Amino acid sequence: METVLPVIWFGIIGFAVLMYVLLDGFVLGLGILAPFAEDEAQLDLMMNTAAPIWDGNETWLVLGGASLLAAFPAAYALLLSSLYLPVLLMLIALVFRGVAFEFRFKARRSKRLWGAAFLLGSLGAAFWQGVILGALVEGRAADPGAGAAAWFSPFSMLTGAALIAGYALLGSTWLVMKTEGDLQRMARMLARPLVALVVVFMGLVSAWLPFLDSRVMARWFEQGNFWWLSPVPALALLNAAWLWRSAFAQGRDARPFVLTLSFFGLGFAGLVIGLWPYLAPPRLTLWEAASGAGSQGFLLVGVAVLLPVILGYTAWSYHVFRGKVRAGQGYH
Amino acid sequence: MDALLLSRIQFAFVISFHILFPAFTVGLSSWLGFLEWRWLRTRQPAWRDLYFFWLKIFAVSFGMGVVSGIVMSFQLGTNWAGLSARAGGILGPLLGYEVLTAFFLEASFLGVMLFGWGRVPERIHFLSTVLVALGTLFSTFWILSANSWLHTPAGFRLEEGIFRPVDWWALVFNPSFPYRLAHMSLAAFITTCFVIGGIGAWYLRRGRHGEQGLRMLRLAIAFACIAVPVQVVVGDLHGLNTLTHQPIKVAAMEGHWQAEPGRGQPLVLFAWPDEAAERNRMELAVPRAGSLVLTHSWDGQTPGLKSVGTDERPPVVPVFFAFRVMVGIGVLMLLLALASLWAWRRGRLADARGLQRAWMLMLPSGFVAMLAGWHVTELGRQPYVIYGWLRTADAVSPVGAASVALSLGIYAVAYAIVFGFGLTYLVKMVRRGPVPFEPPPHTEGGEHTPARPLSAADATLEDR
Ligand code: HDD
Ligand code: HEM
Ligand code: HEM
Repeated sequence: METVLPVIWFGIIGFAVLMYVLLDGFVLGLGILAPFAEDEAQLDLMMNTAAPIWDGNETWLVLGGASLLAAFPAAYALLLSSLYLPVLLMLIALVFRGVAFEFRFKARRSKRLWGAAFLLGSLGAAFWQGVILGALVEGRAADPGAGAAAWFSPFSMLTGAALIAGYALLGSTWLVMKTEGDLQRMARMLARPLVALVVVFMGLVSAWLPFLDSRVMARWFEQGNFWWLSPVPALALLNAAWLWRSAFAQGRDARPFVLTLSFFGLGFAGLVIGLWPYLAPPRLTLWEAASGAGSQGFLLVGVAVLLPVILGYTAWSYHVFRGKVRAGQGYH
Repeated sequence: MDALLLSRIQFAFVISFHILFPAFTVGLSSWLGFLEWRWLRTRQPAWRDLYFFWLKIFAVSFGMGVVSGIVMSFQLGTNWAGLSARAGGILGPLLGYEVLTAFFLEASFLGVMLFGWGRVPERIHFLSTVLVALGTLFSTFWILSANSWLHTPAGFRLEEGIFRPVDWWALVFNPSFPYRLAHMSLAAFITTCFVIGGIGAWYLRRGRHGEQGLRMLRLAIAFACIAVPVQVVVGDLHGLNTLTHQPIKVAAMEGHWQAEPGRGQPLVLFAWPDEAAERNRMELAVPRAGSLVLTHSWDGQTPGLKSVGTDERPPVVPVFFAFRVMVGIGVLMLLLALASLWAWRRGRLADARGLQRAWMLMLPSGFVAMLAGWHVTELGRQPYVIYGWLRTADAVSPVGAASVALSLGIYAVAYAIVFGFGLTYLVKMVRRGPVPFEPPPHTEGGEHTPARPLSAADATLEDR
């Protein structure tokens, strides 16, 4: 049990983070694309595609955080305190992004202000999440004594920018699926350049990885591992090509979004393979950080029983709000 | 200032900000459930109008509660790494269950509750309201269990400095949990009740939405007459429980320095506790009443502050005064509820201007009492974070004072902006009052937009 439970929890936390990245990713993407809205009405429409579901999407982040605390308290304590400032700035950004949903629709004179908060909050959250990821991969989050700016590096700046592009792609394909007319046309126009941008970022990050000395990603290049792991990047490239082609496929509005999800899923898989078995590379492995069977087992029961239920009603609430979101009715 | 003190100030600030919203939305979601149920049962449009009026207020408050809650769930790691590394295996699963049973439930059904009117059958909509309300109560359950464990830890074993769970049942239902759960849940309902009553009274006095105002005021009075007396009793029991487990906290609340066996213990009504001189100045006390309240006997004694060293004592002044603020407000609430009941029975509620004014003044009193209560509880626990086991000084993160000062400053500015605007929008919604319901718009093909309920009203909020 003491060896298996941490592995299961690694999987659960990975799942929670992936769900967060996919689901809140497209909502953050809407904020990043806010400047492309022609007017306030179009931004209303963009936000309305996510208004009923954004809170549930963000909750996956809370699940990831609470699970990390429960299953790997040492990693939770280490990562959050050594990434103090990026985490702080991400949280503040999420605060402004979140209240913008409610406030913007209640405001009139201050409406633009909350539109700006939606944009900057989303941009900030995406960027700082990317920085956190980069610092983690680079091994800059494992030494709390390293100073308040240890997370800063060209690599973490690159991952910050990459995540902005990634979320924007998710947002644009979500809009292709959920809207029509001018807004959908705008989203389609953006999808292709964004695919290209994301592929470039992925290439840059991948090319950089072997030069990091955090031992992360070492797995990829150890003893010919690359050959049997190579289907992951190959599939990701294929996926990107298909996504590129599907951007303008008429009558298949959901396809680009679904392909973006799988594209992200593959990228995420590549990352997790590289991180394994570290939680705070290059110091802390999952077994070293584990809280013990008493804690992990207790919460695992809850996850096993409740996660399917949660997925069920989450799917139901997406089903309730299915279909295209249309403008004109409601408010101005 | 060092990182420890700054972290304490920051934690107190962000959680005090957070709790304002849950305290309101825990009560409000049940109130919404009640309103929707009345509408479904009676089909009187007034109930539906009230439902949508409060729904908008709920949406804004809930939004602020959610974003400040996300901040909370990372605070334990950013600022209290020592606590999370040692007790994460205990606090984490409790928070994990809160996410699984409460947060997802609230968040998912909130969407249907706010945007689903007309999209799902009425009963399903009502069910969503009820599930959101249930979610807020589950949330209260788990987070208070975690907090109570910090006050009265049970069901664990200490192994090389790490707290490990042994008996989850004993751990979750730790000795102070039932009292704290009852006291805090009632506090949330009472806080909401006084907001509803205060707004009702304001409408009555203004002569606008008078009928709805009277309806709200009556319901608030009826609820307060039941809940406030119960709260006083629960609070007393809670205090007795604390006396068993944290006697020094009670000594600080009472301003009680030294036990004098054989003599009755006085009940200090007012004083200025002087921590350096270890005595009270300007004391006004009722002889023997302390013995009566705390030991339910004529000359019982409880441990005084001097029975432990100065490094084991909480800060006395804030605990002492916060306790008086809370109890004082509790008594005022009780008096107001009873006076209003009397006026109601005599049929004079609609024109009892003085009483209406009192309700308006008491509108924020629940929030004040609740914050005061939490400060009693949390400051009274010092210098421990896990009472008797882990000192606050050993719980703090190895983060520099400059970083914490920066973060505290950023939180202060950000929350001031969010709170300022949030409050402005809430006040505007209240000024506007309940408006007659308009059915949500239909588009061709029978599709509805996910427009906010009564969104036409939203658009004109800032016109007045
Ligand atoms: C699950 C945990 C938990 C919960 C539900 C609460 N607290 Fe708490 N509180 C803590 C966990 C905690 C803590 C992490 O254990 C702190 C940090 C430092 C300390 O001594 O305890 C703390 C400290 C702390 C302090 C500072 C005390 C000091 O350092 O002198 C205040 C004023 C509050 N809290 C106020 C509140 C309020 C208004 C709450 C209402 C929601 C609340 N707490 C709930
Ligand atoms: C350290 C303490 C706390 C933490 C870490 C915390 C965490 C959170 C988080 C992460 C959320 C957002 C959930 C979402 O995404 O929907 C939230 C909201 C909420 N919390 Fe807290 N919380 C704390 C204290 C409390 C307390 C003491 C209560 C009640 C007694 C409470 C009740 C709620 C409720 C009802 C909500 C839903 C939002 C709302 O009603 O405003 N929380 N909390
Ligand atoms: C008038 C009678 C009241 C009495 C005797 C009373 C008693 C107490 C005591 C002894 C505590 C500290 C418990 C501890 O730290 O272990 C406490 C805490 C608290 N009180 Fe009260 N209280 C009263 C009224 C109220 C009212 C009217 C409210 C709010 C509407 C309220 C809200 C709270 C809260 C939120 C806490 C902190 C959470 C907790 O520890 O339960 N109290 N109360």
